[in-house]
Amino acid sequence: MNPGSTSTFLLRLSLLTALLTAMVIASAQSPAKPANTANDVPAASQIQPEELVQAMKSGSAQKPVVLYVGPKAFYTQAHVPGAEFIGPVARPEGMEKLRARAASLSKDGPVVIYCGCCPWDHCPNIRPAFAELKKMGFTRVRVLYLANSFGVNWADKGFPVAKGE
Amino acid sequence: MSRRFVLLIAIAVLALGVYEGFHRFGRHKAVTAASGLPAAPQFFATDINGGSVNTSDYKGKVVLVNFWAAWCGPCAEEVPQFIALQKKYQDQGLQVVGVSVEDDPEVLLRFYRKYQMNYPVVPGDLKIADAFGGVLGLPTTFLIGRDSRIHGKHTGATDFSVIEREVVALLHAPQS
Repeated sequence: MNPGSTSTFLLRLSLLTALLTAMVIASAQSPAKPANTANDVPAASQIQPEELVQAMKSGSAQKPVVLYVGPKAFYTQAHVPGAEFIGPVARPEGMEKLRARAASLSKDGPVVIYCGCCPWDHCPNIRPAFAELKKMGFTRVRVLYLANSFGVNWADKGFPVAKGE
Repeated sequence: MSRRFVLLIAIAVLALGVYEGFHRFGRHKAVTAASGLPAAPQFFATDINGGSVNTSDYKGKVVLVNFWAAWCGPCAEEVPQFIALQKKYQDQGLQVVGVSVEDDPEVLLRFYRKYQMNYPVVPGDLKIADAFGGVLGLPTTFLIGRDSRIHGKHTGATDFSVIEREVVALLHAPQS
């Protein structure tokens, strides 16, 4: 290898190293996923729309109590049939209502909570609702996974909806 | 060797042309195929500053209606971009309108002032959401052309360059 090609090789190597370093720094500085959101809900505690539809058709022992913990404006337009309106749990009045309703439920029974007001990783209601039910001792609480919103991931997919208050 | 190289260049140029053509067609499709598009609903409301918002006043303009909330993270992140869009294109005929969903009025007003929002924001109600065919998640943005028809709907956090491209296409769309 002559001196010219060696220096070219070293130049390329240093450029490649600089590029890789920049990529590592950029990825480290990319915005972190928002804290205190539905991202904290473990995958094992999530339920997919198809599974919930099946569970709703099952016998009374396995049929989950479905609690909606998002804004009323969306619930009134369309909600999971049979779902009970609780309201945004990110607000104190919503949290109070959740606690009051949960107090009358069996802690061993299946409970599903859902919101779908915003994209999953930004929902302000799911995580506090899930954490509160777990704290209260519910052993079979799951969260309906809606990646984008109730509209996109439930209503637009043709899953059953009910309207009204 | 050189013939193969030329062939490769030709294929690359052709592929690039097909790709660009496809994207340009896709970009203008929403604008040119206006006839089958739903008519944009008209609504009258009082904005959070007490002013009147009557969408019929925006006839002939491109109107961007953004359903959002100050409590919704991705919605709040979009607001500065809508402010910039309004500033950049208002002279060309763009009007942004925010429809807030279940915000605390005081929090909303604080947000509005903090970000110096330069377009009207009205507290949303079911009537407005229903008129747009239902809004079941935030943020949701509708794009209305100068022909008063809905040309686009974006749900969830959207790549803002896509929205801007569509706004520009609507601003430059030929009048029928």
